[in-house]
Amino acid sequence: MDRFSWSNGLLEINETLVIQQRGVRLYDGDDKPKLDVGLALLSTHRLMWRDIKNHEYCLSMPLSLIIFFEEQAAGIGKSAKIVIHLHPPPGNKEPGPLQNSKYSYIKLSFKEHGQIEFYRRLTEEMTQRRWENTPASQPISTGAGSQAGRTRAVGIVGIERKIEEKRKETDKNISEAFEDLSKLMVKAKEMVELSRSIATKIKDKQGDITEDETIRFKSYLLSMGIANPVTRETHGSGTHYHMQLAKQLGDMLQAPLEERGGMMALTEVYCLVNRARGMELLSPEDLLNACKMFESLKLPLRLRVFDSGVMVVQLQSHSEEEMIASALDSVSEKGSLTAEEFAKLLGLSVLLSKERLLLAEKVGHLCRDDSVEGLRFYVNLF
Amino acid sequence: MSFEWPWQYNFPPFFTLQPNVDTRQKQLAAWCSLVLSYCRHHKLYTLDVMEAQESLVFNNKKIERKLPVEAIQVVFEELRKKGNLEWLDKNKSRCLVMWRRPEEWGKLIHQWVSKNGMVNSVFTLYELSNGDDTESEEFHGLEEWMLLRSLQALQTDGKAEIFSMDDGKGVKFF
Repeated sequence: MDRFSWSNGLLEINETLVIQQRGVRLYDGDDKPKLDVGLALLSTHRLMWRDIKNHEYCLSMPLSLIIFFEEQAAGIGKSAKIVIHLHPPPGNKEPGPLQNSKYSYIKLSFKEHGQIEFYRRLTEEMTQRRWENTPASQPISTGAGSQAGRTRAVGIVGIERKIEEKRKETDKNISEAFEDLSKLMVKAKEMVELSRSIATKIKDKQGDITEDETIRFKSYLLSMGIANPVTRETHGSGTHYHMQLAKQLGDMLQAPLEERGGMMALTEVYCLVNRARGMELLSPEDLLNACKMFESLKLPLRLRVFDSGVMVVQLQSHSEEEMIASALDSVSEKGSLTAEEFAKLLGLSVLLSKERLLLAEKVGHLCRDDSVEGLRFYVNLF
Repeated sequence: MSFEWPWQYNFPPFFTLQPNVDTRQKQLAAWCSLVLSYCRHHKLYTLDVMEAQESLVFNNKKIERKLPVEAIQVVFEELRKKGNLEWLDKNKSRCLVMWRRPEEWGKLIHQWVSKNGMVNSVFTLYELSNGDDTESEEFHGLEEWMLLRSLQALQTDGKAEIFSMDDGKGVKFF
C-alpha cells in the first residue's frame, strides 16, 4: 500500500487507459482497508484507484513496481481477488496515503465482478511492458508543497496550469487598470454631496439665476445620479432588496411622475432610473419586482398593467375615474380623437394615451371608428 | 317619399363593430332597425350579402364609411335571432328579410278582412296580394311565399284555412 502515491487521476501524454472496473476494494496486504469501494483503473503505465464518492481521492502506482500477481477465487461471503506482489518503493516516491507498510503486496477485491477481464488485461500489459517503450513523465501528484515551483508542464495539467497563470496575470492587469477608477468612486460620494449642497443653494437664491440655468444644472445633477444606490451588495438579494429598491423608486419617481401627468410607461421608468444610478444598473426584472412591492409597502405609487399588457407606474392619487373623465372631456371637446392627437394634447406618450382612450371605451364612454384613416375615438352616442 | 336615415347613419363609429359589449348591443339594435326600415321602405324581401354591401344601407358615401362584410354577417345573424331573417342557402349569401314577421302580416290581413265584413269568404292568394280591393293596404304586393307564410300562421291560430284550387291556392277566413 505504501507504493501508492496521490494522483490527480489524469493520464499522461503517452499513457492510454486499458480497462476500468467499478466496485473494487483495495487491501493493504491482508489488512481490511479503511477505504470504501472505488474504481480501479489500469493504464499502460500505472495502476490507479479512485474513490467512488470523492473523486479527488485518487491513488496511482507505476506498473513497473509489480513483480507478479495471482488470482484468488471467490468463496462464500468472499469476493474474487487479485493479489499483486510488489517491489519495494523507489526512493524518490511521491507522497501517498501510507508511508510505511509491513506488506509487500496489495489485493484488489472485486465486489461487482470483472476480475477475469481485469486479470487478463493486467497480464497483457505486464508482458508487453509498454511503459518501457514510451516512458511517460513522472506521475503528477496533487499533493501540496512538493509541486510548488514546478514549471514543467505536460499534458492537460500543463495546459490547465498555463491557463491559470494567464488568468492571474489578466487579473493583475485589470485591477491595476481600475485602481484609478475605484479612487474616483471614492470621490464620487463627495461629488454628489457637493452637488446637492449647490442644489439647495440654488433653491435659496432662485431669483438670482435664470430658469434656463436651473434646468441645465438639474440635468447635471440627474447625470450624477443617486448618492448611494440600493444594490444587491448592500441589501442582499430577494425580497429585502426589492423592498429597499421600491422605497428608493418611490422617492425618486415622485417628481418625474407629477411632471408627466401622473403616469409613466415602465420602459420609461427603467431608462430614467438607470440613468440616475449611473454605474449600479438595475435589471428589468429587479425593477419589475420592486414595482410590484409598491402596494404592500403603502407607497404612493402603483404598478398598473393594462389589458393590452402594457405596464405603467402611476401615482396612487392618479385615479382611473379622473383618467376616463379627462379622456371623455378631450374627445367631446374635439369631436373625435386619435391616440396620436390625444397624446399631443396631453403631452403623454402615444402608447399611454391610447391606453386611456381604450379604458374610456371599456367603460362605455367612448366608441371607435376603425377606418382606413386610422382608429378614431368618438363620444359614445349609442 | 324619400327614406329618412337615422342619425347613426352619419356617425362614423356606426360602421365599426364596437368591441364594448354594451355599446355593441345598442349599435346592433340600431343596425337591425335600419335594415328593416330600409327594406320596408323599398319593399325588399330578399337580400344578397354581396349586393347589400354595396347598397346605400351599408355604404355611406358621404362620410366614406362601409360596414365590413363580417359586421354585416353579425347584423344579419342578429336579425335572424329576432326572427326577421332567414338564410336561403348554407353559405349564408342570400337571405329572406321579414321586416314584418308572418304572424304580424297575418294579423294585418285578418284585420282587413274583418273590417270589410268578409269573414267566411274565400280569396285566391293573387286576389289578396294583387287585387284591386287591397291596393291601399300595406300587404298589397306582398310576395307569395311571404303571404303563404302569413296565412299559415293564421291557420295555426284557427283564423283561416288554406286549400288548393285549380290554378293555385285559396284561403278562407274565419
